[in-house]
Amino acid sequence: MTLTATTPAVANRSWLRPGPFALTLPALLLLTLLFMLPLLRLFSLSFEGGDFGWYEKALTGGLYTAILYRTFEIAGIVTFFSLIIGYPVAFLLATTTPIWRAIGFAFVMLPLWTSVLVRTYAWMVLLGRNGILNRVLIDSGMLDTPLSLLNSRLAVILGMIHVMLPFMILPIYSALMRIDPDLPKAARGLGASATRILTTIYLPLTLRGIIAGVTLVFVVSLGFYITPALLGGGKVMMFAMVIEQQVREFLAWNFAGALSVILLALTLMMFWLLNQGVARHLRD
Amino acid sequence: MNNDRVLSASQRSGRLQVDAASKRFGHVTALSEVSLSVAAGEFVTILGPSGSGKTTLLKVIAGFETADFGRVLIDHADITELDPAQRNIGMVFQNYALFPHMSVARNVAYPLTMRGMPKADIATRVNQALDMVELGNLAERLPKQLSGGQQQRVALARATVFQPRLLLLDEPFGALDRKLREQMQIEVRRLQRRLGLTTLFITHDQEEALVMSDRIAVMDKGRVLQVGPPNEIYEAPANPFVADFIGESNMFAGMVEANGGNLVRVRLEQGPAIEVAGRADLSARPGQKVLVMVRPERFVDLAVDPNSARANRIDGRVTESAYIGVSDKYRVVTPEGIDVLIRLPSGPSHRRYSAGEPIAAGFHAADARLIAVQ
Repeated sequence: MTLTATTPAVANRSWLRPGPFALTLPALLLLTLLFMLPLLRLFSLSFEGGDFGWYEKALTGGLYTAILYRTFEIAGIVTFFSLIIGYPVAFLLATTTPIWRAIGFAFVMLPLWTSVLVRTYAWMVLLGRNGILNRVLIDSGMLDTPLSLLNSRLAVILGMIHVMLPFMILPIYSALMRIDPDLPKAARGLGASATRILTTIYLPLTLRGIIAGVTLVFVVSLGFYITPALLGGGKVMMFAMVIEQQVREFLAWNFAGALSVILLALTLMMFWLLNQGVARHLRD
Repeated sequence: MNNDRVLSASQRSGRLQVDAASKRFGHVTALSEVSLSVAAGEFVTILGPSGSGKTTLLKVIAGFETADFGRVLIDHADITELDPAQRNIGMVFQNYALFPHMSVARNVAYPLTMRGMPKADIATRVNQALDMVELGNLAERLPKQLSGGQQQRVALARATVFQPRLLLLDEPFGALDRKLREQMQIEVRRLQRRLGLTTLFITHDQEEALVMSDRIAVMDKGRVLQVGPPNEIYEAPANPFVADFIGESNMFAGMVEANGGNLVRVRLEQGPAIEVAGRADLSARPGQKVLVMVRPERFVDLAVDPNSARANRIDGRVTESAYIGVSDKYRVVTPEGIDVLIRLPSGPSHRRYSAGEPIAAGFHAADARLIAVQ
């Protein structure tokens, strides 16, 4: 007995079947129309007049570079504290019992499902002159006059950390979950202290997660708008607020375009640098 | 007490003693008053089915679990409360637990680095350890670039490079194919002898236990049922579980009819009587219920060897016949309804029986083991 082809030849209709490109088309169109085109428009606006005049204005004179510097500083501080707070939280989530993990996750995810605006207002309720924190401190006799917590850099940073924490916790958590639970045990049996287990096993094996979290938090923090606008009360200027101000108050589209391009370029550069760091580490 | 110097010299030897260790997880008893002592340099296997508590025992010794009651001692020093990092015990995990982000050399160097040894000494020791497992040329590879057998050897080098007092092996050959496993069994044993390391080996593979061990401890349901050299475990199992778990066995239930010291006459439940070697350590009084164990390969085909002076004879009919290669395996049922498993030598010079054929087989009284029934 021999085997022969039993399927009759059919007309090749593969051109009718949607390929991978066709499937991404709707998303691609949406992004191009709503995102890439305005971006390109901003880009071309910033060069209106045919020279670098708007860029010159943005990068000289000190005002805008100072705000840019402050934006990076705040993003850096927010990233740092998100990591310091987020890593232990991710660690607890990854090592606790399933029930506590579920409870912990609810607390991590709940803010993520709440609007940034709502969360920011919540901070205003907490930190205001007549806010909960001041009330408690005064009522307990620890203070005579309320602290001016709101409209400060501290308030902005607190609010931003709160918003950004889940973005730090989740990638680190997923990296921790991929670690074979026997590895820390093996390290301990081979004579490693808790600190050495952290530095020689957990940290190196979660480096990808850390870099992912740091990149996400830092890059998103650079473009923050609502939280610093509300919690900073106009005293804490971040770069996105300057851009908005130029458009809304001065209708200076060309200048806003130049500022946007500068922020975008620096953000992409940070993104690239952080990724380079990972690539170099992985090559070693 | 002795002076410190003498004591520290004798501490090197690595004698392990587990004293009535008990451990419960919720209402599951994982260990129930387990006592075990392993002499310095001895290779002891803990053999048992999954869930028998053998892994829990290993974890208690390594320090990853704490026993609810009981003590663990190494060279008479109580280490029950000691942190695993302080115990100086080498362990090879079931899945090796090699650090995936470190080269082979850094994996092996890890315990030495943790002990703060100078870099130059570490390099020498790591090279020695890797040469010992014949992996000197792969020192810079990452674990994932190695085969299963090579990873196994790295784990072994890492667990022994810091001259631990005790080596624990947790089913380390489970993931290897049969050929490689047999090769590793020999290698591990050779390495262990060369280093003179007290070793506790865990497996559920009885053949592996018989091949490798100085002594075997059979565990079931959190208890140690019997400890002894392989031949003793195989030939003289202490109870039906051990007899059944190690190798194949026939278990005949009966009642002692007469006890002549060297020879005990047992009347089987189904009717016939058999002669069984007496046991000095077991007083079988007439009327007492007993079990008699006979290994299938102890039977002789009486058609081939009619002059054989076998005390016991089984006449029956073959109901199942299987060719194993090294032997032929038969299921025989006697007219009284006794079910017997028999293995006879196979090969062109031997007769093969097929299902339905009558067969006569005998076994020596000395090959039948009397097991008490409480």
